[in-house]
Order: sequence, then C-alpha cells, then structure tokens
Amino acid sequence: MTQFLQQLTNGLSIGSVYALMAVGYSLVYSIMNFSNFAHGGVIMLGAYFGFFGLTTFKLPFAAAFALATAGTALVAIVVERVAYKPLRDRKAPFLYFIISAMGASMFLENFVIATIGPNPKPYPPIIPREPIALGDLALGRLDLIMFIVSAACLTLLVLFIDRTRLGKAIQASAYNMKASALMGINTDSVVILVFALGGFLAGVAGVLYGMKYMVYPTIGAITLKSFIAAVFGGLGSLPGAVLGSVLLGVIETLVAGYLSSQYRDLIAFVILIGVLIVRPTGIMGKAVEDKA
Amino acid sequence: MDSYILGILMLAGINLVAVLGLSLLTGFTGLFSFGHAGFMAIGAYVGAFLTVSPARDVPGLGLPLVVGILGGGAAAGIVSWLVGRITLNLKGDYFCIATLGFGEAIRLVFNNVQRFGGSRGWPLGATRNPQDIWVILLVDVVAILLVANLVRSRHGRNMIAIREEELAAQVTGINVFRYKMVSLVTSAVLAGVAGVLLGDYLTFINPKIFNLTKSTELIIIVIFGGLGSISGSVLGALLLTALPEVLRFFEIWRLVFYGAAVILIMISRPQGLLGGMELTPAGIRKILAERRARQALRAEAAREAEGGSR
Repeated sequence: MTQFLQQLTNGLSIGSVYALMAVGYSLVYSIMNFSNFAHGGVIMLGAYFGFFGLTTFKLPFAAAFALATAGTALVAIVVERVAYKPLRDRKAPFLYFIISAMGASMFLENFVIATIGPNPKPYPPIIPREPIALGDLALGRLDLIMFIVSAACLTLLVLFIDRTRLGKAIQASAYNMKASALMGINTDSVVILVFALGGFLAGVAGVLYGMKYMVYPTIGAITLKSFIAAVFGGLGSLPGAVLGSVLLGVIETLVAGYLSSQYRDLIAFVILIGVLIVRPTGIMGKAVEDKA
Repeated sequence: MDSYILGILMLAGINLVAVLGLSLLTGFTGLFSFGHAGFMAIGAYVGAFLTVSPARDVPGLGLPLVVGILGGGAAAGIVSWLVGRITLNLKGDYFCIATLGFGEAIRLVFNNVQRFGGSRGWPLGATRNPQDIWVILLVDVVAILLVANLVRSRHGRNMIAIREEELAAQVTGINVFRYKMVSLVTSAVLAGVAGVLLGDYLTFINPKIFNLTKSTELIIIVIFGGLGSISGSVLGALLLTALPEVLRFFEIWRLVFYGAAVILIMISRPQGLLGGMELTPAGIRKILAERRARQALRAEAAREAEGGSR
C-alpha cells in the first residue's frame, strides 16, 4: 500500500508537469484546430533559458524563472508570426500547419544542438534533495514544488480565461473564429495571446522538467507524451488536457513501478490508440464535424 | 561510378518507393499519415529475418532478396489492413494522430524485442552490394507503373473523388471505406518494400531509424514534390535525399537549414514543385494548353477593355 501511494504521488507530480505542456497544445488546438508540434521545441528552450539564467548569469531563482517564461512566450509568438501567420492568411489546410510546425521544431532543436551542443546538462542544485517524510511516505521536495507550481499556474490560467475580457475573447474565438471577428474581436491578437500563454506555460514546464531531470536538446520528444495526454483528455479542452495528463502520469509511473520501465512509453501509445478507437474526441474534447 | 554518389542514388531510389506509396495515400486520396516509418520498420524486420543467413545467435532464413521484398511488403500490408480497420473511420487530423500513434507503437515494440537486438539494433552481417542498385531501380519502375496506372483507373478516380469531397463521393455511391483501405494498404506495401531495401542497403537496422522524424521526412518529400503529382514525388525524392548531402558542408547546421527550408516551402509555395501536374508528354501538353488558354483569355479581356474605352 505504501508503495502504491508512493507511486501515486510520483505520478501526480510528473502528471502535473505534463498538464502544463498539454494545456499549451490544447490552447492552440482550440483556436486554430491543429496540433502545434513546435511546442516541444519551445519547452526545450524554456529549460535552457532557465539553465543559463541560473548558471551563466548567476540570477536568483525567481529572476531566472521570469526570464525563462518571458523568453518562451516571446519565442512562441515569433514561431506563430513566421511559421503560421502566412498560412492563416491563406486559409491553408491543417496539414500545412502541422508540417510547418515540424519544420519549426526541427529548426529549434537543431539550432540548440549546433550552438550549445547535444550533451545533457544538470541544473545547479536549488532544492535540497532529502525528501519530506509523511508517515511512511517520502515526498520529494522537488516533486511537491512541481505539483504546487503547476497547480497554481493552471488555476491562474482558468481564472484568466473565465473571468477576464481577454479570456472571454479566447473562448469566443475558440467557439467560432469568423463570428468573433464579425463581433469586433481582433482575432489576430487573440492568436498572439494564445501563443503567449502557451509559451509562458511551456517556460514553466521546461524549467521544472529541467530541474527534475536534465536539460538536453531533445526534451521536445518527451512532450510528445503531453500531446498524447491532450488527445487522451480531448484536444481543445483545457480540463480534458489536465485530466488526461494527470491520468497518463499516474498510469505511466504505475506501469514503470509494477511492470517494467521498458514498457512505459509503449503503454502511452497504446492508450492513445485505444482512446482514439473507443472515443475519438477524448474524454471531453469538442466534436469534429464533417465539412458538409 | 563513385560509390558515394551511388550510395545517395540508392537511398533516393529507396525513399522513392516509400514516397510513391505515401503520394497515393496523401496526394490522391487525401489521407495524411504520420506512421509510415512504422510500416517501413515492419518491412525491414520481416525482410531481414527472411534474407539474413542464419549464423551465430542471429535468427534468419537466408532466402534470396526477392523473397524478402515480397514478404516484407506483404507483412506491412497485412498490418496496415488491421490498422485501417480501426482507424479509417476517424475524422480530420484524428486519423493523422492515430497513424502517428501506430507508427511510434510499432517502433517501440521492436525496441522491446530482444531477439532482434531490441534498441541496440540488428547488424545483418552482410556488406553492401552495389549491384542492388539495379534491384532498387527495378522496384522503382514497378512502383511508378503501379501507382500511375492505379490513379488513372476507375479505382484511382474513386480515390480522387474521395480526396475532393468525401461526402459527395459517398452520395455518388463510392464505397469510401473500401477505397481508403485500398489506398492505405497499397501505400503500406510500398513502405514495407522500401523498408526491406533500406535494411539491405544499410546492412544494419535499428528501431530508431524508423522514428517520427522518418515519417515526417516522407511527408515532407511528398508535399515538396507536390500533392497529386507522381513526377513531383520522383523529383522530390531525388532532390530532398540529395539536399542533406549537399548541405553536409555546413555540418551540424544542415538540419537547422533543413527545418527553415521546410517552413519556407510551406509559406511560399504550398503546392510544391509540381502540384497536380505531371511531367509526361501528355501532362506537359496539358500544362502548355492551359497556359495558352489563359493567355488567350487575357488577350481577349484586354481587347474588350480597349473596345469599351473607345
């Protein structure tokens, strides 16, 4: 039982970071109806920004954190302007967006390999390693912080989208872009805002992930799993993305703990396929209609 | 011939087989797959099992390459039929995501099969045979004839109808599911054959070769060549296989340029090199005739505008 609870808390902690990443996929999907595969590259840059903030510039943690999140928000906006805006203006089919996104992801990843190098780098130790004992459970301080920070960011995001005028504009555009534009919403700014929000969360996720593991140029590959989580919960739905991520994190850690860590990734893809077959729109996704 | 150039040509020929299949699926049927590397992996592993000479602790049957090609293609076709049964009813990019999931799942399965080397890979224990270029060329010709004749047939026209407007095609009485399936299985067989040839060429296979990047590479070639154009796919496979070699001069920067080039193509020339056009005598006549018709129309419009001002 203790082992199960231990695995559960580990799963919740990694699941909450997946949620930060998955929400970025879902935000963009809800507005633009395509899967933004460049998101993984942005998360990776977030991890590097935080790393250089702490090591090269010797910034205090909060400042490095701010630098990383501001940096990724900016990068996400630049990617949108360069790689997607011309396609949006032309009303290109979704496949062109996906290919463009893959090009952007390839560019970011290899740019980092070419300039910084492919070797993984460890974050400087900030959080003490020794865990907090809670009865028989040993809670890692970092795991706890990951969970709290992620939960706080997600709560703020939900409040922003539910309670502010800008949030309402995002909701309206997600519902119907054309009608929102006719009602006087500047949908172009909404797109920028969505990419900025997704980029900000990508920065948070990148720093947390880097602290837990390491920084390396192919961190983006991990975000494929958060993308699966987004599909699992239902693309385009924020609560779905969070629920899917937490479930995936928990299932993964349980599989790794009780079966074999070899099968962890395989299970993720099996879940993806299973969900698509049984319920293609995920747990709470929006339905895809035929164009006629 | 220079063995370096020969190597690039062989690789381009191998890519072409897979690209032709994907061109049929994406360019003529309108289905997008991010999992074709998975079908290549099945072809490569089955083909290797059939052709590798049994030695030491390595499994293998030591059959000729032709058997490997047929067997690898058939295995990929069977798996794609199973995949199609459960995914072809998915709408929009959910089909795309499902193929991505299958492609990665297939790769991860091979990652865990220790008998075939698992993630360490499987050295096939042979040296590269330069004569295999003729096998590759022959397979290319067969694949081109197959796809070209298929898209010109009634079946091919049904596929194009599905690409243009799925609902209308269904209303006209086309069995949409069946023709999507024919297209998917044909393209997977070709991907499987390409996988066998790739294993034979590299003399070493590893699940990592068949990752998402490989699937993306194939899709990029199809789009670069132009959707709905077989000659575009041929040209695309030749040019884009050679491009990383040309860029090799830039060393680690070449993939950076490659990524940037992909974005540039998407935003500046989305129809690719030859979207919807064919470089055959008939195809060229058609392009020229259309151009003449456009010019005539423009000239007439100009004359009328002049007449109106008088």
